[in-house]
Amino acid sequence: MNFYPEFEVVRNDSRCIRCRVCERQCANEVHWYDADGKVMLSDESKCVNCQRCVTLCPTRALKIVKSDCRLRENANYSDQTIKEIYRQAETGGVLLSSMGNPNPLPVYWDKILINASQVTNPPIDPLREPMETRVFLGKKPEHITRNADGTLNTQLAPQLTLSMPVMFSAMSYGSISYNAHASLARAASALGICYNTGEGGLHEDFYKYGKNTIVQVASGRFGVHKDYLEAGAAIEIKMGQGAKPGIGGHLPGTKAVGDVAKTRMIPEGSDAISPAPHHDIYSIEDLRQLVYSLKEATEYRLPVIVKVAAVHNIAAIASGIARSGADIIAIDGFRGGTGAAPTRIRDNDGIPIEPALAAVDKRLRDEGIRNNVSIVCGGSVRSASDVVKAIALGADACYIATAACLAMGCHLCRSCHTGKCNWGIATQRPDLVKRLNPDIGSQRLINLMDAWRHEIKELMGGMGINSIEALRGNRLMLRGVGLTEKELEILGIAHAGE
Amino acid sequence: MIPLEGQVRIPSGCAVSAMISRDGRRMNGEQIIQSMVPMHDRSNGLGGGFAAYGIYPEYKDFYALHIFFNDKSCQNECMTLLKEYFEIVQDEHIKVRKIPQITDEPIIRRVFVSPMQSVLRHLQIDEKELVVRTVNRINAQLDGSYVFSCGKNMGAFKAVGFPEDVGRYYRLEEYEAYCWTAHGRYPTNTPGWWGGAHPFCMLDYSIVHNGEISSYDANRRFIEMYGYKCTLQTDTEVITYIADYLLRRQGLTLEETAAVIAAPFWSTIDAKPEAEKQMYTYLRNVFPSLLVTGPFSIILGFEGGLMALNDRLKLRSMVIGEQDDMVYIASEEAAIRVMAPDIRNIWSPAGGEPVIVRVKEGAF
Ligand code: SF4
Ligand code: SF4
Repeated sequence: MNFYPEFEVVRNDSRCIRCRVCERQCANEVHWYDADGKVMLSDESKCVNCQRCVTLCPTRALKIVKSDCRLRENANYSDQTIKEIYRQAETGGVLLSSMGNPNPLPVYWDKILINASQVTNPPIDPLREPMETRVFLGKKPEHITRNADGTLNTQLAPQLTLSMPVMFSAMSYGSISYNAHASLARAASALGICYNTGEGGLHEDFYKYGKNTIVQVASGRFGVHKDYLEAGAAIEIKMGQGAKPGIGGHLPGTKAVGDVAKTRMIPEGSDAISPAPHHDIYSIEDLRQLVYSLKEATEYRLPVIVKVAAVHNIAAIASGIARSGADIIAIDGFRGGTGAAPTRIRDNDGIPIEPALAAVDKRLRDEGIRNNVSIVCGGSVRSASDVVKAIALGADACYIATAACLAMGCHLCRSCHTGKCNWGIATQRPDLVKRLNPDIGSQRLINLMDAWRHEIKELMGGMGINSIEALRGNRLMLRGVGLTEKELEILGIAHAGE
Repeated sequence: MIPLEGQVRIPSGCAVSAMISRDGRRMNGEQIIQSMVPMHDRSNGLGGGFAAYGIYPEYKDFYALHIFFNDKSCQNECMTLLKEYFEIVQDEHIKVRKIPQITDEPIIRRVFVSPMQSVLRHLQIDEKELVVRTVNRINAQLDGSYVFSCGKNMGAFKAVGFPEDVGRYYRLEEYEAYCWTAHGRYPTNTPGWWGGAHPFCMLDYSIVHNGEISSYDANRRFIEMYGYKCTLQTDTEVITYIADYLLRRQGLTLEETAAVIAAPFWSTIDAKPEAEKQMYTYLRNVFPSLLVTGPFSIILGFEGGLMALNDRLKLRSMVIGEQDDMVYIASEEAAIRVMAPDIRNIWSPAGGEPVIVRVKEGAF
């Protein structure tokens, strides 16, 4: 069934100089030059509104606008709902989407406000006083022990040291490009934080960034071998992902080309489908076995992270993980991004990260085992203030991926699953990949994190806190606005004015 | 209705003062009371108190519980509970002097107790732990009973009022201690409640504190994992529990404890020789939630000594004076000059630098 396109390409012909940049830049083949009429034409039905042409047009001749030709308005059957039904009636297929859930569901970060010092204690000026953001992730001992001479025995379970409480979350080589991985790896290493390989293995060129790499082991075990496990600073077992809890990953064969296939250790061109569960983990005691197998394989040198999607009984699940031998729990909220996921799952499964994080932190404290594990939260952490709120709710650190993609040039067009990312990120087409220059990509990531670090310090200084550890779990620094009693109770914060 | 202490978190400014004899000489409370007079404006009459060490030599083997009761029935209820776990060695009124400045007094008792061995065996805990658990239980669960001091051979004395009046009220000139600490409080909004005054005590640890810490909830939520209950929502309470947890339960030294509470900055730590660097890094890594930020100056009293500590940025004043066997500590130099008019050696410790004073071994 044919519809009027979702977007319209508006070209100001008096400005257009027929340079054909838009034509060359658009992987979706929206623009072309009509030599007879000496005019640029476009097929708007192919447009995904990635803004590549708009950004590169030298004369600002282009804009992409939302088309106003819609089906008859209906608050129950929205334009999109109806068109999805038409599409499914036509194809019989499952709808696919990418990036995070775009629907207007509550964003609790935006309903939480941060405290500042007035009169009774002084704010601290981060430009004039030291302001510390270093964090360690990992298990802390129950009791200190001493050496024979009485000095402290400073041996600890393996820890991950970060210069600030933010890391780049898992995005596999395959779902994103070589240059995107290079940018993330270089930036993480310059910043003293970590990036995460995702489930696609680690390209041999990036082993040198191992100290700042988290290597992931997912249900498909793609790219997992001894050297890979030993290459990183930590190992992450991916049990689930916020954007698609309960299902595995899917890399289409078109993306499994060349080095991607080699790194994943799969035949070129074959679909890489990781199963929904780990087939060796059907319960919590199985998870414990995998945690310890990985520790054995790496001689207990590396912390093990268990990443789960935020689902309904996340607190109980986290409590089980905290007792499984894992050193760090990563919780991924339902607004987290993805390279490809079934639309229905992305938009309807899981719960937001804020209540999930609050519930997990509280449950682990109630059980007295909060010190057994560190908590990393992700699933739409968009800014320095989101980070500060997450830490105050109880997280040790945050994972960001969408924000990192944006730093590298992503325009959130949500078409990663097509493999034709015009910004060189979610694609394997060499002509597109080379659009992302890793020198620039890594510098932009470094800039973003530098900016956030400054903002985190200013927010902390305003609260009179000069080290990030005094903010962690400090919920008194937060107040809710427009939240129900129940929501406040779950978040463990008071309402503004209380 | 204005919420009570414990129902709401109340920030307050304060004055602190302390004196200790390194020779273990015992001195009456006159001087420490006088030291609070020049700092009158640092308090607002809503709380004052003292802690004294070495005051009960004849009962030094027993835990001295100082308790406020709202009325007789609270007292009966509390004593019934105590008798389940402890032998009551002595149960008496704490003598006071009626003065117009101090009103609305509760029943104030002093009870010397000794833990029952059978109970300790049954619960498989040591006697200090039994005292801590019982006191926490009384304070959290028995409405109208509040144990405000529970150490051996020491005691706290506190009330709603200016500190110098509180001192006279409790007749502190009649007690002899080798170490005194004092506190005057400036809470920003609190109905007078005697239990809310400082010092705050746990076993032989007592804390007087001036400041408002910004790490409060991070500290509270951590320490409550280990059986402590922050019923008063005050900084002093949580700092006392932190001290008890680190010193008694984890077995850290005072210096190590100071390096947790007022940890050196990473820039300082990273510049230290390898062994020290490892030690400081370890402490910050293992006890991150016990770092205390925001302005504070605290004096931690314990059996045989005290430790004074400022926050890492030194956002609150604190000066030290030394003369012969005496060490004086106060928010303001004026307070020290009252206790030792001719003193020469007065200095300010740096932020985060603990000043630890110990009485000679065997002298307390
Ligand atoms: S990029 Fe701009 S100026 Fe160039 S052809 Fe396209 S619309 Fe015209
Ligand atoms: S990564 Fe590329 S395809 Fe995916 S949303 Fe961003 S710009 Fe679009």
